[in-house]
Amino acid sequence: MKARVTVTLKNGILDPQGKAIEGALKSLGVDGIASVRQGKVFDIELAAGADQAKAEAALKAAADKLLANTVIENYKVEVQG
Amino acid sequence: MKSAVLVFPGINRERDMARALKLASGTEAKMVWHTDTALPDGTDLVVVPGGFSYGDYLRCGAIAARSPVMDAVRTFAAGGGLVLGVCNGFQILCESGLLPGILMRNARLKFICQDVHLRVERTDTPFTAGYQAGQVIRVPVAHGEGNYTADAETLKRLEGDGRVLYRYCSPTGDVGDLHNINGAAASIAGIVSERGNVLGMMPHPENHVEDIMGNTDGRGLFAGLASHLARAA
Repeated sequence: MKARVTVTLKNGILDPQGKAIEGALKSLGVDGIASVRQGKVFDIELAAGADQAKAEAALKAAADKLLANTVIENYKVEVQG
Repeated sequence: MKSAVLVFPGINRERDMARALKLASGTEAKMVWHTDTALPDGTDLVVVPGGFSYGDYLRCGAIAARSPVMDAVRTFAAGGGLVLGVCNGFQILCESGLLPGILMRNARLKFICQDVHLRVERTDTPFTAGYQAGQVIRVPVAHGEGNYTADAETLKRLEGDGRVLYRYCSPTGDVGDLHNINGAAASIAGIVSERGNVLGMMPHPENHVEDIMGNTDGRGLFAGLASHLARAA
């Protein structure tokens, strides 16, 4: 079983890296981009025989304890059956 | 002064720090490895030095903040023990929950390595007792992520409770966007915990303690700590 944890900056948190990427895309002539916010994706392989609900709880704990800093970041956990 | 300097993989300022502590107090600091679960007996100051713990992977200080020795540091701080975190040490203290907020990427995205001026905001704390009120000191910074931020409520509390001890300023002590090198909220360079016993700061006072460096403005911080702890002992 595989899972993905996506960590993104909360609204209102200044994202200078996202701004720089946005500027680079605009200077490359990529059209139609209003704004860019950057974040992180963690692809996690779960141990064999993991149960969906338990896996979700474990991944939430992982995000709260380490993967995200909830002062500035939100996270989303997706377990792919 | 019985200081313990924490050592994590990737930390590189621990010897500078130990040298400054020795100069100020005459006592050798003990180096404490990150997997240790206890601080040396009689420790009265824990120092989290600068560097690049775990290569700044994930977020600066995030992995070091969750290492075994930090549980001992949390217990020590909860008992009122003095903790000083500099640069990566400040980031580690924020990530470990000992200080509020977080250090974000510098507003102009550049790694900044230069001398800066700091205004000492109050002198009635162990971390600032070696300075005069309103004194401006010159110390180096070397960081890519020193842009302090916290939610509006926390920032209001920090200001209201006088917990900002050091602020980026001009050589004459003016605070403003022009002198706020990394874009930190309210030009914050250093804050203390609610109880006032944990200080985190981005600049490196330990690098300006000897004449050979051309400036000894950093001495005041260590002298203040040493005399506070000598009185307490």
